[in-house]
Amino acid sequence: MGSKKKSFLLSFGLFLFLLLFSNAEAVEQDIPKKFFVPPPPFSPGIYPCSQCHAGMPANAKPRKLEMMHQDIVLKHMPGGWCFNCHNPDNRDKLRLANGQLISFEESYLLCGQCHGTVFRDWKTGLHGKRTGMWNGEKQYLLCVHCHWPHEPTFRQLQPMPPPARPSNIK
Amino acid sequence: MSKIRSNPSGVKLDRRTFLKGAALGLAGTALPLDKTDASFWEAFFQKHFREMNDDEKKKVIQRLEKEYEQKYKKAIHIGSEKPMPGVLFGYGLDLSRCIGCRRCVYACVKENNQSIDPQVHWITVLRFKKGEKWIDLEESEKYYNPQNVPEPGYFYMPVQCQQCENPPCVRACPTQATWKEPDGIIVIDYNWCIGCRYCMAACPYGARRFNWGEPKRPAEEINPNTHYLGNRPRYKGVVEKCTFCVQRTRNGRYPACVEICPVGARKFGNLLDPQSEIRYAIEHKRVFRLKEDLNTNPKFYYFFAYGR
Repeated sequence: MGSKKKSFLLSFGLFLFLLLFSNAEAVEQDIPKKFFVPPPPFSPGIYPCSQCHAGMPANAKPRKLEMMHQDIVLKHMPGGWCFNCHNPDNRDKLRLANGQLISFEESYLLCGQCHGTVFRDWKTGLHGKRTGMWNGEKQYLLCVHCHWPHEPTFRQLQPMPPPARPSNIK
Repeated sequence: MSKIRSNPSGVKLDRRTFLKGAALGLAGTALPLDKTDASFWEAFFQKHFREMNDDEKKKVIQRLEKEYEQKYKKAIHIGSEKPMPGVLFGYGLDLSRCIGCRRCVYACVKENNQSIDPQVHWITVLRFKKGEKWIDLEESEKYYNPQNVPEPGYFYMPVQCQQCENPPCVRACPTQATWKEPDGIIVIDYNWCIGCRYCMAACPYGARRFNWGEPKRPAEEINPNTHYLGNRPRYKGVVEKCTFCVQRTRNGRYPACVEICPVGARKFGNLLDPQSEIRYAIEHKRVFRLKEDLNTNPKFYYFFAYGR
Protein backbone atom coordinates (compact mmCIF):
# COMPACT_ATOMS: atom_id res chain seq x y z
CA MET A 1 0.00 0.00 0.00
CA GLY A 2 2.69 2.46 1.14
CA SER A 3 4.98 1.68 -1.76
CA LYS A 4 2.10 2.21 -4.23
CA LYS A 5 1.43 5.65 -2.77
CA LYS A 6 5.11 6.43 -2.91
CA SER A 7 5.49 5.45 -6.54
CA PHE A 8 2.35 7.46 -7.39
CA LEU A 9 3.79 10.53 -5.70
CA LEU A 10 7.10 10.00 -7.47
CA SER A 11 5.53 9.71 -10.89
CA PHE A 12 3.28 12.70 -10.18
CA GLY A 13 6.34 14.74 -9.16
CA LEU A 14 8.17 13.69 -12.29
CA PHE A 15 5.17 14.64 -14.42
CA LEU A 16 4.98 18.06 -12.74
CA PHE A 17 8.70 18.57 -13.22
CA LEU A 18 8.50 17.67 -16.92
CA LEU A 19 5.51 19.96 -17.38
CA LEU A 20 7.33 22.88 -15.77
CA PHE A 21 10.54 22.20 -17.65
CA SER A 22 8.92 21.94 -21.07
CA ASN A 23 6.89 25.06 -20.28
CA ALA A 24 10.00 27.00 -19.38
CA GLU A 25 11.58 26.00 -22.67
CA ALA A 26 8.53 27.07 -24.64
CA VAL A 27 8.46 30.45 -22.88
CA GLU A 28 12.11 30.98 -23.67
CA GLN A 29 11.48 30.43 -27.36
CA ASP A 30 8.33 32.54 -27.51
CA ILE A 31 9.90 35.79 -26.34
CA PRO A 32 11.39 37.45 -29.42
CA LYS A 33 14.78 38.95 -28.71
CA LYS A 34 14.86 42.71 -28.94
CA PHE A 35 17.67 44.04 -31.08
CA PHE A 36 19.25 47.37 -30.36
CA VAL A 37 19.01 49.16 -33.70
CA PRO A 38 19.20 52.80 -34.77
CA PRO A 39 16.09 54.33 -36.37
CA PRO A 40 15.32 53.28 -39.95
CA PRO A 41 16.99 55.38 -42.69
CA PHE A 42 13.96 57.25 -43.99
CA SER A 43 14.43 59.94 -46.61
CA PRO A 44 13.95 63.28 -44.81
CA GLY A 45 10.32 64.26 -44.33
CA ILE A 46 8.90 61.06 -45.76
CA TYR A 47 7.67 59.52 -42.50
CA PRO A 48 4.95 59.19 -41.30
CA CYS A 49 3.59 57.93 -44.60
CA SER A 50 0.05 58.64 -43.46
CA GLN A 51 0.62 62.40 -43.76
CA CYS A 52 -0.04 61.94 -47.52
CA HIS A 53 -1.50 58.46 -47.78
CA ALA A 54 -4.28 58.86 -45.23
CA GLY A 55 -7.51 58.83 -47.19
CA MET A 56 -5.77 57.97 -50.45
CA PRO A 57 -7.13 54.81 -52.06
CA ALA A 58 -4.64 51.96 -52.39
CA ASN A 59 -3.87 51.00 -55.99
CA ALA A 60 -2.74 47.40 -56.12
CA LYS A 61 -1.94 47.48 -59.84
CA PRO A 62 1.80 47.31 -60.63
CA ARG A 63 2.73 50.42 -62.65
CA LYS A 64 5.45 53.03 -63.09
CA LEU A 65 5.17 55.62 -60.30
CA GLU A 66 4.88 59.15 -61.66
CA MET A 67 3.43 61.45 -59.01
CA MET A 68 5.75 60.52 -56.14
CA HIS A 69 8.47 57.97 -55.34
CA GLN A 70 9.76 58.13 -58.93
CA ASP A 71 13.16 56.93 -57.69
CA ILE A 72 11.66 53.59 -56.76
CA VAL A 73 11.95 51.05 -59.54
CA LEU A 74 11.46 47.71 -57.89
CA LYS A 75 14.48 45.48 -58.55
CA HIS A 76 13.67 43.03 -55.82
CA MET A 77 11.51 39.96 -56.18
CA PRO A 78 10.30 39.97 -59.82
CA GLY A 79 6.58 40.57 -60.13
CA GLY A 80 6.39 42.14 -56.68
CA TRP A 81 4.50 45.27 -55.74
CA CYS A 82 4.37 47.73 -52.80
CA PHE A 83 1.79 45.75 -50.86
CA ASN A 84 3.96 42.65 -50.63
CA CYS A 85 5.61 44.51 -47.77
CA HIS A 86 3.77 47.79 -47.14
CA ASN A 87 0.40 47.73 -45.44
CA PRO A 88 -2.28 49.22 -47.76
CA ASP A 89 -4.63 50.27 -44.93
CA ASN A 90 -2.18 51.98 -42.62
CA ARG A 91 0.98 53.00 -44.45
CA ASP A 92 2.91 53.68 -41.26
CA LYS A 93 3.19 49.93 -40.79
CA LEU A 94 4.67 47.05 -42.69
CA ARG A 95 2.75 43.83 -43.18
CA LEU A 96 4.05 40.31 -42.90
CA ALA A 97 2.79 37.53 -45.16
CA ASN A 98 0.61 36.25 -42.34
CA GLY A 99 -1.16 39.62 -42.07
CA GLN A 100 0.60 40.74 -38.90
CA LEU A 101 1.43 44.43 -38.85
CA ILE A 102 4.92 45.47 -37.73
CA SER A 103 6.66 48.79 -37.31
CA PHE A 104 9.50 49.96 -39.54
CA GLU A 105 11.88 49.40 -36.61
CA GLU A 106 11.22 45.66 -36.85
CA SER A 107 11.59 45.41 -40.63
CA TYR A 108 14.11 42.56 -40.17
CA LEU A 109 11.13 40.29 -39.44
CA LEU A 110 9.78 41.12 -42.88
CA CYS A 111 13.09 40.46 -44.67
CA GLY A 112 13.56 37.29 -42.67
CA GLN A 113 10.39 35.78 -44.16
CA CYS A 114 12.28 34.96 -47.37
CA HIS A 115 15.94 35.39 -46.37
CA GLY A 116 15.80 32.93 -43.53
CA THR A 117 19.41 31.79 -43.53
CA VAL A 118 20.67 35.36 -43.64
CA PHE A 119 18.23 36.34 -40.88
CA ARG A 120 19.59 33.50 -38.75
CA ASP A 121 23.16 34.72 -39.29
CA TRP A 122 22.11 38.31 -38.59
CA LYS A 123 20.55 37.34 -35.27
CA THR A 124 23.72 35.59 -34.13
CA GLY A 125 25.75 38.63 -35.16
CA LEU A 126 27.47 37.09 -38.13
CA HIS A 127 25.71 38.86 -40.99
CA GLY A 128 26.02 42.61 -41.05
CA LYS A 129 27.92 45.22 -39.20
CA ARG A 130 28.17 45.26 -35.42
CA THR A 131 29.52 48.05 -33.31
CA GLY A 132 29.72 48.42 -29.55
CA MET A 133 31.24 45.90 -27.18
CA TRP A 134 32.46 42.44 -28.15
CA ASN A 135 31.54 41.24 -24.65
CA GLY A 136 28.47 43.38 -24.05
CA GLU A 137 25.89 45.65 -25.64
CA LYS A 138 26.06 45.50 -29.42
CA GLN A 139 24.53 47.90 -31.86
CA TYR A 140 22.78 46.08 -34.70
CA LEU A 141 21.82 47.64 -38.00
CA LEU A 142 18.55 47.01 -39.82
CA CYS A 143 18.80 45.21 -43.17
CA VAL A 144 17.68 48.45 -44.84
CA HIS A 145 20.64 50.41 -43.46
CA CYS A 146 22.88 48.64 -45.96
CA HIS A 147 20.42 47.23 -48.50
CA TRP A 148 17.96 49.63 -50.08
CA PRO A 149 14.85 47.43 -49.93
CA HIS A 150 13.68 48.35 -53.43
CA GLU A 151 17.05 47.37 -54.94
CA PRO A 152 18.87 45.39 -52.28
CA THR A 153 22.19 44.64 -53.97
CA PHE A 154 24.99 46.29 -52.00
CA ARG A 155 26.08 49.35 -53.94
CA GLN A 156 29.60 49.83 -55.21
CA LEU A 157 31.91 52.13 -53.28
CA GLN A 158 34.92 54.17 -54.19
CA PRO A 159 38.00 52.48 -52.69
CA MET A 160 40.47 54.34 -50.50
CA PRO A 161 43.89 55.01 -52.10
CA PRO A 162 46.28 52.08 -52.59
CA PRO A 163 49.45 51.85 -50.48
CA ALA A 164 52.59 53.68 -51.62
CA ARG A 165 54.85 51.60 -53.83
CA PRO A 166 58.34 51.05 -52.42
CA SER A 167 59.74 53.04 -55.36
CA ASN A 168 57.70 56.08 -54.26
CA ILE A 169 58.90 56.04 -50.66
CA LYS A 170 61.66 58.57 -50.17
CA MET B 1 110.31 36.78 -24.76
CA SER B 2 109.09 39.55 -22.54
CA LYS B 3 105.48 40.67 -22.93
CA ILE B 4 106.25 44.14 -21.63
CA ARG B 5 107.55 46.60 -24.13
CA SER B 6 108.94 49.96 -23.36
CA ASN B 7 107.99 53.00 -25.43
CA PRO B 8 109.93 56.19 -26.09
CA SER B 9 108.42 58.03 -23.11
CA GLY B 10 109.45 55.18 -20.88
CA VAL B 11 105.93 54.14 -19.85
CA LYS B 12 105.66 50.44 -19.34
CA LEU B 13 102.25 49.11 -20.36
CA ASP B 14 101.30 45.46 -20.26
CA ARG B 15 98.56 44.03 -22.45
CA ARG B 16 96.05 43.60 -19.64
CA THR B 17 96.33 47.16 -18.42
CA PHE B 18 96.05 48.46 -21.94
CA LEU B 19 92.82 46.53 -22.61
CA LYS B 20 91.32 47.63 -19.32
CA GLY B 21 91.98 51.23 -20.15
CA ALA B 22 90.62 50.87 -23.65
CA ALA B 23 87.40 49.27 -22.38
CA LEU B 24 86.88 52.05 -19.83
CA GLY B 25 87.52 54.69 -22.46
CA LEU B 26 85.05 53.11 -24.89
CA ALA B 27 82.43 52.82 -22.19
CA GLY B 28 82.93 56.47 -21.50
CA THR B 29 82.27 57.42 -25.13
CA ALA B 30 79.21 55.15 -25.39
CA LEU B 31 77.38 56.85 -22.53
CA PRO B 32 77.23 60.56 -23.21
CA LEU B 33 77.96 62.29 -19.95
CA ASP B 34 76.22 65.48 -20.98
CA LYS B 35 72.84 63.73 -20.91
CA THR B 36 72.62 63.87 -17.18
CA ASP B 37 68.85 64.24 -16.90
CA ALA B 38 67.22 61.44 -14.97
CA SER B 39 64.93 60.40 -17.81
CA PHE B 40 67.85 59.33 -19.99
CA TRP B 41 69.24 57.03 -17.34
CA GLU B 42 65.75 55.74 -16.47
CA ALA B 43 65.21 54.83 -20.10
CA PHE B 44 68.66 53.27 -20.26
CA PHE B 45 68.02 51.02 -17.29
CA GLN B 46 64.35 50.29 -18.04
CA LYS B 47 63.49 46.68 -17.28
CA HIS B 48 61.73 44.25 -19.61
CA PHE B 49 57.98 44.92 -19.56
CA ARG B 50 57.11 41.49 -18.24
CA GLU B 51 59.65 41.76 -15.42
CA MET B 52 58.29 45.07 -14.15
CA ASN B 53 55.82 45.22 -11.29
CA ASP B 54 52.87 47.59 -11.38
CA ASP B 55 54.78 50.42 -9.68
CA GLU B 56 57.66 50.19 -12.12
CA LYS B 57 55.26 50.12 -15.07
CA LYS B 58 53.54 53.21 -13.71
CA LYS B 59 56.85 55.04 -13.45
CA VAL B 60 57.88 54.09 -16.97
CA ILE B 61 54.51 55.15 -18.34
CA GLN B 62 54.71 58.48 -16.52
CA ARG B 63 58.12 59.11 -18.06
CA LEU B 64 56.89 58.17 -21.54
CA GLU B 65 53.80 60.34 -21.20
CA LYS B 66 56.03 63.27 -20.32
CA GLU B 67 58.29 62.58 -23.30
CA TYR B 68 55.33 62.33 -25.67
CA GLU B 69 53.81 65.51 -24.29
CA GLN B 70 57.04 67.37 -24.97
CA LYS B 71 57.22 65.93 -28.46
CA TYR B 72 53.59 66.32 -29.57
CA LYS B 73 52.52 69.21 -27.30
CA LYS B 74 49.42 67.32 -26.20
CA ALA B 75 48.52 64.94 -23.42
CA ILE B 76 48.72 61.29 -24.44
CA HIS B 77 47.33 58.63 -22.15
CA ILE B 78 49.24 55.34 -22.09
CA GLY B 79 47.26 52.47 -20.64
CA SER B 80 48.61 49.15 -19.43
CA GLU B 81 45.40 47.13 -19.20
CA LYS B 82 46.10 43.50 -18.42
CA PRO B 83 44.59 40.59 -20.36
CA MET B 84 41.14 39.56 -19.16
CA PRO B 85 41.00 36.08 -17.64
CA GLY B 86 39.18 33.45 -19.71
CA VAL B 87 39.57 35.40 -22.92
CA LEU B 88 41.35 34.30 -26.08
CA PHE B 89 40.79 36.73 -28.90
CA GLY B 90 39.86 35.46 -32.33
CA TYR B 91 39.11 37.26 -35.56
CA GLY B 92 36.90 36.31 -38.47
CA LEU B 93 36.86 37.75 -41.95
CA ASP B 94 34.07 36.93 -44.36
CA LEU B 95 35.63 36.67 -47.81
CA SER B 96 32.23 36.38 -49.44
CA ARG B 97 31.38 39.90 -48.20
CA CYS B 98 34.64 41.87 -48.40
CA ILE B 99 34.49 44.40 -51.23
CA GLY B 100 38.10 45.59 -51.02
CA CYS B 101 37.24 49.22 -50.20
CA ARG B 102 40.29 49.65 -47.88
CA ARG B 103 38.24 51.49 -45.23
CA CYS B 104 39.81 49.17 -42.65
CA VAL B 105 43.36 50.10 -43.69
CA TYR B 106 42.81 53.78 -42.98
CA ALA B 107 40.67 53.30 -39.88
CA CYS B 108 43.57 51.28 -38.52
CA VAL B 109 46.06 54.05 -39.33
CA LYS B 110 43.82 56.60 -37.63
CA GLU B 111 43.34 54.51 -34.50
CA ASN B 112 46.85 53.15 -34.11
CA ASN B 113 49.02 56.22 -34.73
CA GLN B 114 50.97 54.82 -37.66
CA SER B 115 53.43 57.07 -39.43
CA ILE B 116 51.83 58.98 -42.31
CA ASP B 117 55.18 59.77 -43.92
CA PRO B 118 56.91 57.40 -44.44
CA GLN B 119 53.68 55.51 -44.91
CA VAL B 120 52.98 52.56 -42.60
CA HIS B 121 49.89 50.40 -43.06
CA TRP B 122 49.19 47.39 -40.89
CA ILE B 123 46.53 45.92 -43.20
CA THR B 124 47.17 44.92 -46.79
CA VAL B 125 44.16 44.18 -48.97
CA LEU B 126 44.98 41.68 -51.69
CA ARG B 127 42.94 41.33 -54.85
CA PHE B 128 42.56 37.96 -56.56
CA LYS B 129 41.01 36.97 -59.84
CA LYS B 130 38.03 34.70 -59.38
CA GLY B 131 38.40 31.23 -60.80
CA GLU B 132 42.18 31.21 -60.80
CA LYS B 133 44.37 28.97 -58.68
CA TRP B 134 42.95 29.46 -55.21
CA ILE B 135 44.86 31.95 -53.04
CA ASP B 136 47.94 32.23 -55.16
CA LEU B 137 49.61 34.98 -53.15
CA GLU B 138 52.26 35.55 -55.80
CA GLU B 139 49.58 36.50 -58.30
CA SER B 140 47.71 38.83 -55.93
CA GLU B 141 47.51 42.56 -56.49
CA LYS B 142 47.69 45.10 -53.67
CA TYR B 143 47.92 48.32 -55.70
CA TYR B 144 44.54 47.92 -57.44
CA ASN B 145 42.80 51.26 -57.83
CA PRO B 146 39.56 51.12 -59.83
CA GLN B 147 36.80 53.75 -59.80
CA ASN B 148 34.50 51.53 -57.77
CA VAL B 149 34.72 48.29 -55.86
CA PRO B 150 33.86 45.45 -55.87
CA GLU B 151 34.98 44.84 -59.44
CA PRO B 152 33.24 41.98 -61.23
CA GLY B 153 35.48 38.94 -61.54
CA TYR B 154 37.62 39.70 -58.49
CA PHE B 155 37.58 39.00 -54.79
CA TYR B 156 39.53 40.61 -52.00
CA MET B 157 41.41 39.34 -48.98
CA PRO B 158 42.72 41.69 -46.31
CA VAL B 159 45.81 40.38 -44.53
CA GLN B 160 47.14 41.61 -41.21
CA CYS B 161 48.83 40.03 -38.20
CA GLN B 162 47.23 36.60 -37.78
CA GLN B 163 48.04 36.47 -34.03
CA CYS B 164 49.41 32.93 -34.28
CA GLU B 165 49.20 30.60 -31.31
CA ASN B 166 52.61 29.32 -32.42
CA PRO B 167 54.23 32.56 -33.57
CA PRO B 168 57.49 32.24 -35.53
CA CYS B 169 58.24 35.95 -34.98
CA VAL B 170 58.40 35.50 -31.20
CA ARG B 171 60.92 32.69 -31.51
CA ALA B 172 63.06 34.73 -33.88
CA CYS B 173 63.36 37.78 -31.61
CA PRO B 174 66.81 37.88 -30.02
CA THR B 175 65.81 40.33 -27.27
CA GLN B 176 62.34 38.96 -26.37
CA ALA B 177 60.90 42.32 -27.31
CA THR B 178 57.86 40.56 -28.78
CA TRP B 179 55.78 37.91 -27.08
CA LYS B 180 52.34 36.31 -26.87
CA GLU B 181 50.07 37.67 -24.16
CA PRO B 182 47.69 35.31 -22.29
CA ASP B 183 44.73 36.64 -24.31
CA GLY B 184 46.50 35.56 -27.48
CA ILE B 185 47.67 38.93 -28.78
CA ILE B 186 51.28 39.13 -29.98
CA VAL B 187 52.67 42.40 -28.67
CA ILE B 188 55.89 44.38 -29.07
CA ASP B 189 57.68 46.50 -26.47
CA TYR B 190 58.92 49.36 -28.65
CA ASN B 191 61.45 50.33 -25.98
CA TRP B 192 62.96 46.87 -26.03
CA CYS B 193 63.04 46.30 -29.82
CA ILE B 194 66.50 46.73 -31.31
CA GLY B 195 65.27 46.85 -34.90
CA CYS B 196 67.07 43.76 -36.19
CA ARG B 197 63.96 42.77 -38.23
CA TYR B 198 64.50 39.04 -37.66
CA CYS B 199 60.79 38.82 -36.77
CA MET B 200 59.88 40.31 -40.14
CA ALA B 201 61.91 37.65 -41.88
CA ALA B 202 60.29 34.98 -39.75
CA CYS B 203 56.66 36.09 -40.28
CA PRO B 204 55.09 34.10 -43.14
CA TYR B 205 52.28 36.67 -43.53
CA GLY B 206 54.35 39.83 -44.07
CA ALA B 207 52.39 41.39 -41.25
CA ARG B 208 55.17 43.27 -39.47
CA ARG B 209 56.24 46.77 -40.45
CA PHE B 210 59.51 48.57 -39.81
CA ASN B 211 59.94 52.27 -39.11
CA TRP B 212 62.68 53.03 -41.63
CA GLY B 213 62.47 56.72 -40.88
CA GLU B 214 61.39 58.92 -38.01
CA PRO B 215 57.61 58.28 -37.85
CA LYS B 216 55.92 61.52 -38.90
CA ARG B 217 52.33 62.28 -38.03
CA PRO B 218 50.71 65.63 -37.29
CA ALA B 219 50.13 66.07 -33.56
CA GLU B 220 46.43 66.83 -34.09
CA GLU B 221 46.02 63.42 -35.72
CA ILE B 222 47.57 61.55 -32.81
CA ASN B 223 45.05 59.34 -31.04
CA PRO B 224 45.68 60.12 -27.35
CA ASN B 225 44.08 56.90 -26.05
CA THR B 226 46.90 54.43 -26.26
CA HIS B 227 48.28 51.28 -24.71
CA TYR B 228 51.92 50.66 -23.84
CA LEU B 229 51.95 47.49 -25.96
CA GLY B 230 49.74 48.88 -28.69
CA ASN B 231 49.26 52.19 -30.40
CA ARG B 232 51.51 54.58 -28.46
CA PRO B 233 53.70 56.59 -30.84
CA ARG B 234 56.67 54.57 -32.09
CA TYR B 235 60.33 55.39 -32.68
CA LYS B 236 62.54 55.20 -35.71
CA GLY B 237 64.07 51.74 -36.03
CA VAL B 238 61.40 49.64 -34.30
CA VAL B 239 59.02 47.04 -35.66
CA GLU B 240 55.24 47.37 -35.29
CA LYS B 241 52.13 45.44 -36.31
CA CYS B 242 48.44 44.82 -35.67
CA THR B 243 47.60 44.18 -32.01
CA PHE B 244 43.82 43.59 -32.47
CA CYS B 245 43.58 47.19 -31.14
CA VAL B 246 44.70 46.07 -27.68
CA GLN B 247 43.81 49.51 -26.27
CA ARG B 248 40.18 48.99 -27.33
CA THR B 249 39.62 45.25 -27.05
CA ARG B 250 40.94 44.94 -23.51
CA ASN B 251 38.25 47.46 -22.57
CA GLY B 252 35.54 45.42 -24.28
CA ARG B 253 35.33 47.43 -27.49
CA TYR B 254 35.62 46.11 -31.04
CA PRO B 255 38.81 46.78 -33.03
CA ALA B 256 38.68 49.86 -35.26
CA CYS B 257 38.68 47.79 -38.47
CA VAL B 258 35.60 45.87 -37.31
CA GLU B 259 33.69 49.06 -36.57
CA ILE B 260 34.49 50.73 -39.90
CA CYS B 261 33.82 47.81 -42.26
CA PRO B 262 30.83 48.94 -44.35
CA VAL B 263 29.78 45.40 -45.26
CA GLY B 264 30.26 43.87 -41.83
CA ALA B 265 32.76 41.32 -43.13
CA ARG B 266 34.94 41.59 -40.04
CA LYS B 267 34.04 39.67 -36.89
CA PHE B 268 35.72 39.66 -33.53
CA GLY B 269 35.22 37.89 -30.27
CA ASN B 270 36.31 35.52 -27.57
CA LEU B 271 37.24 32.07 -28.85
CA LEU B 272 36.56 30.59 -25.41
CA ASP B 273 32.95 31.88 -25.34
CA PRO B 274 30.66 29.41 -27.16
CA GLN B 275 28.08 32.19 -27.71
CA SER B 276 30.47 34.52 -29.54
CA GLU B 277 30.12 35.46 -33.20
CA ILE B 278 33.53 34.06 -34.01
CA ARG B 279 32.66 30.67 -32.55
CA TYR B 280 29.41 30.63 -34.53
CA ALA B 281 31.39 31.31 -37.71
CA ILE B 282 33.90 28.57 -37.00
CA GLU B 283 31.21 26.04 -36.17
CA HIS B 284 28.75 26.80 -38.97
CA LYS B 285 30.66 28.24 -41.94
CA ARG B 286 33.39 27.12 -44.29
CA VAL B 287 36.54 28.34 -42.57
CA PHE B 288 40.22 28.35 -43.41
CA ARG B 289 43.32 29.95 -42.02
CA LEU B 290 46.09 31.39 -44.12
CA LYS B 291 49.09 29.09 -44.67
CA GLU B 292 47.70 26.54 -42.24
CA ASP B 293 50.36 24.08 -43.36
CA LEU B 294 53.07 26.09 -41.60
CA ASN B 295 51.73 25.05 -38.18
CA THR B 296 51.58 28.67 -37.02
CA ASN B 297 48.02 28.05 -35.77
CA PRO B 298 46.62 31.55 -36.48
CA LYS B 299 43.66 32.97 -34.58
CA PHE B 300 42.54 34.82 -37.71
CA TYR B 301 39.82 32.84 -39.50
CA TYR B 302 38.74 33.52 -43.06
CA PHE B 303 35.27 32.22 -43.78
CA PHE B 304 32.47 32.24 -46.34
CA ALA B 305 29.05 33.07 -44.92
CA TYR B 306 27.35 33.23 -48.30
CA GLY B 307 26.64 30.14 -50.35
CA ARG B 308 26.85 27.30 -47.87
